[in-house]
Amino acid sequence: MSTTDKASTEAPNEPVPADAAEEAAGSQLSTAPVEDSGPVGIGVTGWARWFWRQLTSMRVALILLFLLSLGAIPGSLVPQTNVDALKVAQWKKDHPSFVGVAEALQLFDVYSSVWFSAIYLLLFVSLIGCIIPRAWQFVGQLRGRPPAAPKRLDRLPAHTTWRTDSTPDEVLAYARTMLAGKRFRTEAGGTHVAAEKGYLREAGNLVFHVALIVMLVAFAWGQYFKSEGGKLVLRGSGFSNTLTQYDDFKPGTLFHPDDLPPFSFTLDRFDATYEMSGPQRGTPRDFKAYVTLSEGAHGTPQKREIQVNEPLEIDGSKVYLLGHGYAPIISVTDPTGKVIYKDAVPVLPQDGNLTSTGAVKVTDGYKDKDGKQEQLGFNAVFVPTFAGEGMGTMFSQFPALLNPQLMLNAWHGSLGVDSGLPQNVYRLDTSKMEMFKDASGQQFKQKLAPGDTMTLPDGAGTVKFEGIERWATFSVTHQPGSGLALAGAIAAIAGLAGSLFIQRRRIWVRAVTGEDGVTVVEMAGLGRSESARLPEELADLAATLHEQAPTATPGSPAEPVEETPEGERG
Amino acid sequence: MTPLAAAANENLAEISNYLIYSSMAVYTLAFFAHIAEWTFGSRSKVARTAAALTGAKEAAAAPAVQVRGKGGATAVLDRPKVTTRSGAGTRDVPDGPGAAGGTVQGDLYGRIAVSLTALAFLVEAAGVVTRAMSVERAPWGNMYEFSITFSTVAVGTYLVLLALKKNVRWLGLILVTTVLLDLGIAVTWLYTDSDQLVPALHSYWLWIHVSTAIFCGAVFYLGAAGAVLYLFRDAYEGKLAGGGKPGRIASSVLERLPSAASLDKFSYRINAAVFPLWTFTIIAGAIWAGDAWGRYWGWDPKEVWSFVTWVAYACYLHARATAGWKGRKAAYLALFAFACWIWNYYGVNILLSGKHSYAGV
Ligand code: HEM
Repeated sequence: MSTTDKASTEAPNEPVPADAAEEAAGSQLSTAPVEDSGPVGIGVTGWARWFWRQLTSMRVALILLFLLSLGAIPGSLVPQTNVDALKVAQWKKDHPSFVGVAEALQLFDVYSSVWFSAIYLLLFVSLIGCIIPRAWQFVGQLRGRPPAAPKRLDRLPAHTTWRTDSTPDEVLAYARTMLAGKRFRTEAGGTHVAAEKGYLREAGNLVFHVALIVMLVAFAWGQYFKSEGGKLVLRGSGFSNTLTQYDDFKPGTLFHPDDLPPFSFTLDRFDATYEMSGPQRGTPRDFKAYVTLSEGAHGTPQKREIQVNEPLEIDGSKVYLLGHGYAPIISVTDPTGKVIYKDAVPVLPQDGNLTSTGAVKVTDGYKDKDGKQEQLGFNAVFVPTFAGEGMGTMFSQFPALLNPQLMLNAWHGSLGVDSGLPQNVYRLDTSKMEMFKDASGQQFKQKLAPGDTMTLPDGAGTVKFEGIERWATFSVTHQPGSGLALAGAIAAIAGLAGSLFIQRRRIWVRAVTGEDGVTVVEMAGLGRSESARLPEELADLAATLHEQAPTATPGSPAEPVEETPEGERG
Repeated sequence: MTPLAAAANENLAEISNYLIYSSMAVYTLAFFAHIAEWTFGSRSKVARTAAALTGAKEAAAAPAVQVRGKGGATAVLDRPKVTTRSGAGTRDVPDGPGAAGGTVQGDLYGRIAVSLTALAFLVEAAGVVTRAMSVERAPWGNMYEFSITFSTVAVGTYLVLLALKKNVRWLGLILVTTVLLDLGIAVTWLYTDSDQLVPALHSYWLWIHVSTAIFCGAVFYLGAAGAVLYLFRDAYEGKLAGGGKPGRIASSVLERLPSAASLDKFSYRINAAVFPLWTFTIIAGAIWAGDAWGRYWGWDPKEVWSFVTWVAYACYLHARATAGWKGRKAAYLALFAFACWIWNYYGVNILLSGKHSYAGV
């Protein structure tokens, strides 16, 4: 057995010269496109073909992929309009000198920008242009047979040889049965058997790339037909799923309001629990909304619960619990003592302890003590847990209602609600209002506990903090295509696993009668460059075949082996 | 929680802290043992790589097996010996002998280092488990818990590879050093008292998504370590093959590492093996986000960087399949991808605010 010697006489770093049969042996182990040099032919078609080949080449796919990962980065560093428009406004204020550049580069809308779209559209064109020919090629490979053995098997990455007393035909017959038994696809040549295995690798790779396209289509579908709406619901109040009921509504471009499934619910109860002690005091532990739901136009009401990770699913839409807060109940009397306003006014949380701000707007029915019709407005700061007298600031110490206090300042005049401009319900526009002043000429304001009443200066009326109601915000989303995206994702993982864990490899067995009449068996394997297990697999196969066709002994062929040639033991 | 149970939990949390500190002490000892291993190993003067690059090569062989003979007697039959050769264009260099450099003393310290690492691993793992018991949930609610689990998993993977008789002992020093760094950062800057989770984290997806994310990170880390060493070793082999003479210390260290081809393969296999799991992690995260926030994908900074990391690793895998991008360029891509992963963990959690920031520093 002179294998080692032969191998070691080769110069180590020289590339192995390949003969034609060797090239054929390694061909079509994958369907990856080959690199391409320059345009062939002249004129527009030549260039177009060249461009198309470039676009669908591995190198360009690689560059586009890299660009895609780089292109996604700015969107995490600069606030995005569709994620948080308020932050975008703040950023613009903080970096005035960059606003022009950022807007020109669409940095506030990276993921819908022209350049980002261009990258991924090119990538997907490239992908489709790459997959179709590869799929055909793969079908061809499935129909084809393993290529014949190259002339010199010892040039292949894994090789072994021994001499045996069995005849070449016996050896080849054994080899073929053995390889077929290991689910190799085999093909007999004159003095050799060729075998190939691991076609699933290519199949997995194709499935993975097709799944990427499926996922993209599913996302696009979802973008166009989705809808997403938000609604703040006071305890005891209801919501029904029609367009007019939403506080804000973001439909996809092809969404139609008729697509909203009919249902309604009322918020019966809302529970929030918080950590009461320790360093994480105030951290929320549990949020739960109890609702009575009616499905369809006239469904029977049923009790349901909604939690943060457990949305309610109704007919393809999902109702999520997003946030919660408080709504002080406030009543206002006019100078004659008549109650002209009583309502629960939702205030918006500003921090984790639910320090909240809002505005009370009395639009109708108020006349001042001279009988002049006017509107009243109050800026409200509400804290569920006040630090205590002397601890001054209106910052809440805890998110639950341990010591609720409401700070109001009062304005009169015109609220500007009839001006036709959209108004923020949580904020007072005081441009056409005057403040009430106290005796010392300062703005009149007062801190109230539940049940307290404050008397406006000059007998302008009274305001009572009657109690506290709760509210919760819900988001109703309708996202078609997510099932398809999930199917794509699962196929992608399965395909990827097949593609990365399965090795495509070829094994050749050659048996010929040597000059001294003894049969020489040669086995060799070739796989993709990464197939590390190939030598081990070849060794296993060789050992199995060796049992059937054991090493011939130099002297008498009938006796078991006593001696073995040069350094083979160990 | 009753006050009694709370006190018990506080005790557990304290025990967990002691265990983590103890594991750091043991890792430190392992660190010094590794240093001793490298130091003693440097005294062997063999210059194997240089010899291999200029002289004859030795081919790897599959072990021989004993086979029962036909006549009932046991004869030693040789299993056919498989000769391997590298593909065209790659250097055919054997792996270095390891940190101990074939010296007996070096090897002794190396074994001590590995034993200490295994001990430290057990102590650290116990620290993670007691932490989980103290909070009565998966121990992945904040960055501190994430960090201690991360290094436990990285060391665990390394020990499993060792137990499987893979050639990974060269990772020992670099791994123990970074584990100490990771734990140091965890206990000094990231420490958070044990506590329950905010409602958004109450979900079985926490178990699925976060555990796979930690696992992927830890394994990607091993891949990245392989890629860095590959770059050094490749430069060294390149210099030798070109007739250059690398510096004495560089030679002494690099000569003992596995060959560039082996390191490259190690890095590729590790990265390729976890890539499907990383894909799964991102998809699981998207499903969870769908349940928790009402949208599957919202380009939140954490989501953006997971995506960037994923695409970067996809780039790396593509590069390996593209002629001209194998080797060093692919290794740079792998390192870029891992840098994205690390940034996604430290940078995004600390510097960028998004929906994931409630996880607590
Ligand atoms: C959306 C962008 C793409 C992504 C995320 C992607 C991802 C991947 C991944 C992760 C692999 C590794 C699996 C393996 O090694 O078998 C892979 C392999 C491969 N990709 Fe892509 N790919 C994309 C686009 C493309 C395009 C446009 C082409 C064609 C030009 C392409 C051609 C290939 C080929 C031929 C392989 C197999 C390489 C091999 O056989 O080792 N891919 N791709």
